[in-house]
Amino acid sequence: MNVTEERAYMSQLTLPRIESASYHSIVYRNSENSIQKERVKSDPVYSDLNLDQIIGSVTSGKEKYLLTSIYYTPLRDIETVIYRQDIFRDFEDKKLLRAVTSFSEEMSTMRRYMHLAETLKYLYHKEGWFLAAVDVYCTAVASLDGDLSHIDLQSEGLRSFREYLQVYTNSSGFQKLLSETENLKEEFSTVEYCVLLKRNGCSVKKYENEIDYSDEVEKIFKKFNQGVEKEYGIKLQKSTGMNYVEAKILELVARLYPGGFSKLDSYYTENTGFADKKIEVFNREVQFYTAYLEYISMVKQVGLNFCYPEVSADKKSIYAEETFDLALAYKVAGKNDSVVCNDFFLKGEERIIVVSGPNQGGKTTFARTFGQLHYLASLGCPVPGRRAGLYLYDRIFTHFEKQENIKNLRGKLQDELVRMNNIFKDANSDSIIIMNEIFTSTTLKDGLFLSREIMKKIIQLDALCVLVTFMDELSLLSRKTVSMVSTVVPENPALRTYKIVRKPADGLAYAQSIAEKYRLTYPLLKERIHS
Amino acid sequence: MNVFLMYKDRDFNPEQPLPPQAETVVQDLELDTLLKAMARDDTFLLSISKTALLSSLTDVQSIHYRQDVLKDCLNNNSLIRELYGVAFDAIESEKKIYFGLLSKYPDIILSRSIKVLTIFVELLKHLRKIADEHSSDFKSHGFTALFAMLQRELSDEYFNTVQYHLKTLRLRGGVWISARLGEGNKGVHYTLRKPLAKDKNWIRSILGKKPPSFTYTLSERDESGARALSDLRDRGLNASANALAQATDHILSFFSALRSELAFYVGCLNLHETLSGYGAPSCFPLPLGLQERKHLTKELYDVSLALQMDKKISGNTVQAEHIHLVIITGANRGGKSTFLRSIGTAQLMMQCGMFVPAESFTANITDGIFTHFKREEDSSMKSGKLDEELRRMNDILNNVTTNSILLFNESFAATNEREGSEIARQITRALYAKGIKVFFVTHLFDFAESLYREKTDNMLFLRAERQSDTKRTFRILEGKPLQTSFGDDVYAEVFRADTT
Repeated sequence: MNVTEERAYMSQLTLPRIESASYHSIVYRNSENSIQKERVKSDPVYSDLNLDQIIGSVTSGKEKYLLTSIYYTPLRDIETVIYRQDIFRDFEDKKLLRAVTSFSEEMSTMRRYMHLAETLKYLYHKEGWFLAAVDVYCTAVASLDGDLSHIDLQSEGLRSFREYLQVYTNSSGFQKLLSETENLKEEFSTVEYCVLLKRNGCSVKKYENEIDYSDEVEKIFKKFNQGVEKEYGIKLQKSTGMNYVEAKILELVARLYPGGFSKLDSYYTENTGFADKKIEVFNREVQFYTAYLEYISMVKQVGLNFCYPEVSADKKSIYAEETFDLALAYKVAGKNDSVVCNDFFLKGEERIIVVSGPNQGGKTTFARTFGQLHYLASLGCPVPGRRAGLYLYDRIFTHFEKQENIKNLRGKLQDELVRMNNIFKDANSDSIIIMNEIFTSTTLKDGLFLSREIMKKIIQLDALCVLVTFMDELSLLSRKTVSMVSTVVPENPALRTYKIVRKPADGLAYAQSIAEKYRLTYPLLKERIHS
Repeated sequence: MNVFLMYKDRDFNPEQPLPPQAETVVQDLELDTLLKAMARDDTFLLSISKTALLSSLTDVQSIHYRQDVLKDCLNNNSLIRELYGVAFDAIESEKKIYFGLLSKYPDIILSRSIKVLTIFVELLKHLRKIADEHSSDFKSHGFTALFAMLQRELSDEYFNTVQYHLKTLRLRGGVWISARLGEGNKGVHYTLRKPLAKDKNWIRSILGKKPPSFTYTLSERDESGARALSDLRDRGLNASANALAQATDHILSFFSALRSELAFYVGCLNLHETLSGYGAPSCFPLPLGLQERKHLTKELYDVSLALQMDKKISGNTVQAEHIHLVIITGANRGGKSTFLRSIGTAQLMMQCGMFVPAESFTANITDGIFTHFKREEDSSMKSGKLDEELRRMNDILNNVTTNSILLFNESFAATNEREGSEIARQITRALYAKGIKVFFVTHLFDFAESLYREKTDNMLFLRAERQSDTKRTFRILEGKPLQTSFGDDVYAEVFRADTT
């Protein structure tokens, strides 16, 4: 190859970098709105709403894709929310999901091989893994291209990606890579050799049908194995790495087969950086969709519905029908338990849902559901429910009871007040505030006084809020408050329905019936405790 | 060979299952802080201290047995650490030699056995020397018996046997293996092949052959190269390395037991040093029988809080003769939780044979220590909060006996005051009727006040003291329940700081 030819060849190699007019990223519609603020994971909202459990399960086993940064970045613009919702709709076609899943598996294999090629020390060893990586890459890209061309895509994001991919696979650079790889694989499958090992060195030659000797050697040492106590026999593992002696042997093998190895050398230097960057980024980002869909498919199996919510950044009239706590549903889905769905809405001036009623009636779950729904909608994900219209908030604040901590010498009540005070420092009218069982660590009198003060502040803010409390007086504070109540089966007050219904608080709690359920009443206890 | 420093007649089992309530108790009493002070960043000390602390002894004699051993330890601090160091070295050096990929090679397992046994011989000699020179400084039954055993049992016969085996287990000479190129051009399908010529002439025999062959010779002191070669070489030799390695096990297990049992006492020494450094008091408690009901403390403090604050803190003095129900009420941040923890922690420390953080401490032993503390929202979402509290209460009652002690911290506050009080009342009355020892911290005024109205000689009412300028004193004194918990002070303080 002369200099001019080489230059022409090198320019071919860079061909895969194709300027596609429209395709930018599969999770962000254009480069401007990809600049979003990632929330810190220690924000209590994640643990309080069990969003950390949801995100944890969704991304579990997919850590290498660094998806958490996407899941911890709620969106603030409606366009990107819709861009994502459309892509999710395309994924309802199982053919697409299968195509993307198998593409990703192959890309993972490719990355694993490339990691070896990049980090390993010995040239022929690196080159071997490099060849394997390119081989897998070519197969992966070609099959994805083939698969996508047979699928009816509607979303802007996936259509422009498909277009990008078609141009790429038809490029001469990609075609050349494909054929060189096939030829090399064929040549290396014929190599076989023999090594003579001594304590201070070794020799290598081509294999000439020498006899298997391992059986004989095994017999000599078998008598030392007494088979009692701990077993010290070793399971010799295959490793993907190579020590320098193995590398030396490989060098000697290369001298036995000079033709194949020199072709491999040039293949390795000429094809560095073979993988297309946009395709690699697509592979990472598309997991945002597949991971979430895989997760909710478990929940759909038990007959629960998901929908694409209408999202608005200015209307605080919101609603959801047949919605549920996603983290809870996912847990229960495997155990054949049923999940109770709830409805809610706020209209006109209404801003605050005060949830009261019997304990163990699903009040906390309802509060979590409310928060989860808004958060998931702001990621552009389908949300639990048959129908929903939700508010594109600025930030969600939660206040759930914290366990007592010796390191915090302020005392529980003060701690609670300090945390609330911090919420009011940052919250504004676009915020959502969720408070669960406040002021339970003090007397009823104190609790009521403090709760009223806090409610006044929320009403003044005009923020959306869910407040769970046993102090049902709070639901009557203002026109902005709406009362919702956990309910029981009328014939059997001890039986909870987990339904939260919009109606005036009735002041009934059913603690005593739970005490009976656990056999903790005075007469039952006297029987239970043995002397 | 038995160590028997923890029990008169049996081994301490570091893997023993902890009582079902153990993790709850650790969490509620914040015992991690105490355990950390015992362990001083040593994870092994931590795990042993935890097991010992939570596996309470339930007879007075066993407690005295350990107290005696611990007193010997306190009188011979540096020697105990030396003994522990010997056991520690034995196990650590064994691990170090075992460490790494090298142990995948049968050849290395053989030479490893030689190294391990060489070290063991030296360390066992060291133990015997300590026994020979210092046994007269020790008075406890535990140490006297251990030293006598060391002098009697330790001979060189283990090592003679092992060394005999070593001589017979050598294999020299080159071997042939064949291979193909797998992924990454790494050799695969290694197969041992029949040698073509006698070992001593191997190079010449290759040179005499027609097909091309290439040779690589290691430089002279290239040990890792030699190991790499023997990895390939020894794939067929695997089974033979087994026998000798097993010979090391017996001695190793003795060192492990010695290390585990001494670890508990070293943990106690660590804690004792730290508390003495604060000038904080500690004493050996006087354990009374299971049937008695007594709690006499002088300046009893919460050891975890002292460690947290890294200084001496004031304690509480309680005279509870024949009392088995103690209700504690009073101001927020008044030190109620701390007091409750100090009671629970001291009980556990006494019942594992330790000293306790007090000037003096006398109490009956119990056959179960249970805590029921108010919890953060249950993140497993199985149920609401009150339900969760009652479920935990139910779990406790499945294990409680009349000689247990129960510590409640603001239990049953997840519902409103009237109902919470009713549940608390029914449970407490039943426990009281059975004579079970109960300490109950509560804000439920209705509950506390109703019990106060029926006060008997077996009940004690304590209150966290509050001075008129709203400064808390952190003293718990005898006193009847009061109506408010002064939440408005705290509100004013927090929200005023914001507005100014």
